[in-house]
Amino acid sequence: MPLAPAVTEIALLKDHPALAALLDWNAVGVEAAKFDRDEMTVWIPAVLIREACAMLRDNKDFPCNFLEDVTCVDWYPNEPRFEIVYHLLSMAKKERIRLKVRLSSDSLSVPSIIPVWPAANFSEREVFDLFGIHFEGHPNLIRMLMPEDWEGHPLRKDYPVEGYR
Amino acid sequence: MAHMSPTLDLEPGQDRTMILNMGPQHPSTHGVLRLLLEIDGETVIRVLPDIGFLHTGIEKTCEAKFYQQVVPLTDRIDYLCPMSNNLCYVLAVEKLLGLEIPPKAQWVRVMLNELTRINSHLVWLGTHALDMGAMSVFLYCFREREDILRLFELVSGQRMMTSYFRIGGLALEPPIGFFDRVKLFANRFPAKIDQYENLLTNNPIWKGRTKGVAKLSAEDAVALGATGPTLRASGVDFDLRRDMPYTGYENFKFKVPVSQDGDVFARYMCRVQEMRESISMVGQALAGMPEGAVKADAPKVVLPDREQMKTQMEALIYHFKIVTEGFSVPPGEVYQSIESPRGEMAYYIVSDGTAKPYRVHMRTPSFVNLQVLQKMIEGRMLADVVAAIGSIDIVLGEIDR
Repeated sequence: MPLAPAVTEIALLKDHPALAALLDWNAVGVEAAKFDRDEMTVWIPAVLIREACAMLRDNKDFPCNFLEDVTCVDWYPNEPRFEIVYHLLSMAKKERIRLKVRLSSDSLSVPSIIPVWPAANFSEREVFDLFGIHFEGHPNLIRMLMPEDWEGHPLRKDYPVEGYR
Repeated sequence: MAHMSPTLDLEPGQDRTMILNMGPQHPSTHGVLRLLLEIDGETVIRVLPDIGFLHTGIEKTCEAKFYQQVVPLTDRIDYLCPMSNNLCYVLAVEKLLGLEIPPKAQWVRVMLNELTRINSHLVWLGTHALDMGAMSVFLYCFREREDILRLFELVSGQRMMTSYFRIGGLALEPPIGFFDRVKLFANRFPAKIDQYENLLTNNPIWKGRTKGVAKLSAEDAVALGATGPTLRASGVDFDLRRDMPYTGYENFKFKVPVSQDGDVFARYMCRVQEMRESISMVGQALAGMPEGAVKADAPKVVLPDREQMKTQMEALIYHFKIVTEGFSVPPGEVYQSIESPRGEMAYYIVSDGTAKPYRVHMRTPSFVNLQVLQKMIEGRMLADVVAAIGSIDIVLGEIDR
């Protein structure tokens, strides 16, 4: 089957329950949206991510009760350089939504969502370790996979695959 | 203080509790998991897992490989269920490409995935029982596991690192006689499950060590991101195979075992029943196996047959191009999740339109499930820590990646 082109117009997507709930909550809190390959993506400003997650967890139309994953993509050398990617699942609706936060390289900080879902603990630590993103309010933000005295953040695109020699 | 290794600080002058280091070379940690335990006598107060001893940077390595070269790497993430990792990765790339997979390939994938689930649960059951002091179960489980590994060897040439699923289908047509061998196993296996249950389910020592131990409530399980049998044993009825079907699982009839107790025994019962469901699905796959090709008709993505490659010009050209420069994947991103033996496994792949993935992230079930350990064992006895770790069924390879 040929791929359908991605839809990026918020006006065309606003019937999606999760996006409708987000627009209802804070219309300026939705930077952009995309529907591609049956997956919904919504961009949220960094300062609002914790409230957006709490709202999506508690709303009636699209109750995302489950946090699946937190990760990050490095778009070096483009700016804003980093994108934090959250995958939320609604067990009742059997559907998921992806939230994204853009971070430019001069402010690598985003509120931690552990108060909403404690499940974010390990994933946020991993992103801190491998990308060097700071999560405000994380109770134990220390290196997880790399040794404690490691220099650099290996999953950044300017970090060589063979490591520094 | 951002680069300290995990430590547990005690209040100065207090002498009630002590710190106990468990692992990383401890036989019951199923790999190289290190736990820092704060204990008061025999009672555990806090636990802090320290991981990363097996970190190999697979996600970074993937970014430097062609899409088809990543498949063998996925085997190495979780060495107990390589087929599940293969499947999750190839499904994600197929979704990025918009590829349609022939029905026979899908059914073989389901069949092998359920065999993988049994394989993984057998290793879990054997080692978990061994941790609890039941030696003989281990020997019986590994007897049947050997049969499954022989089946894998027959179909892929490898016992463990199979790499049998390829982007667009299967590596090869299953060999002649393979389905008969699987059928033989599927007929024999349910009686073996009875055998394991005879040894354990009504065994008073086993019940004493597992019933009411390491309890996890449904709310905690959901909040902490637990998936798979760990979640279902706490009473949350969610299974991706049934609720968000992939690769043709909607054609199969199976029950999802759920228990309300949330203890080690409940997780044991869930997995044992899952093995029964899995072997019934293997039977269904054999009975309804469709005829036809095992590779998608996409010459730019799927390697041609050996025979065609040696006799036809175009096949040779496509073969040469795929091997030397890969195939480009339309830009975009997908999140593909499957139900692995341990829970929700997912691959998040970002493509920038080239022949190499821009970013591959694995959401591995063991990594997230490990977070429930604290809830399970706080206030419990030290000996229950071993039961709790075993009952989550962690694989350190997939935690550290």
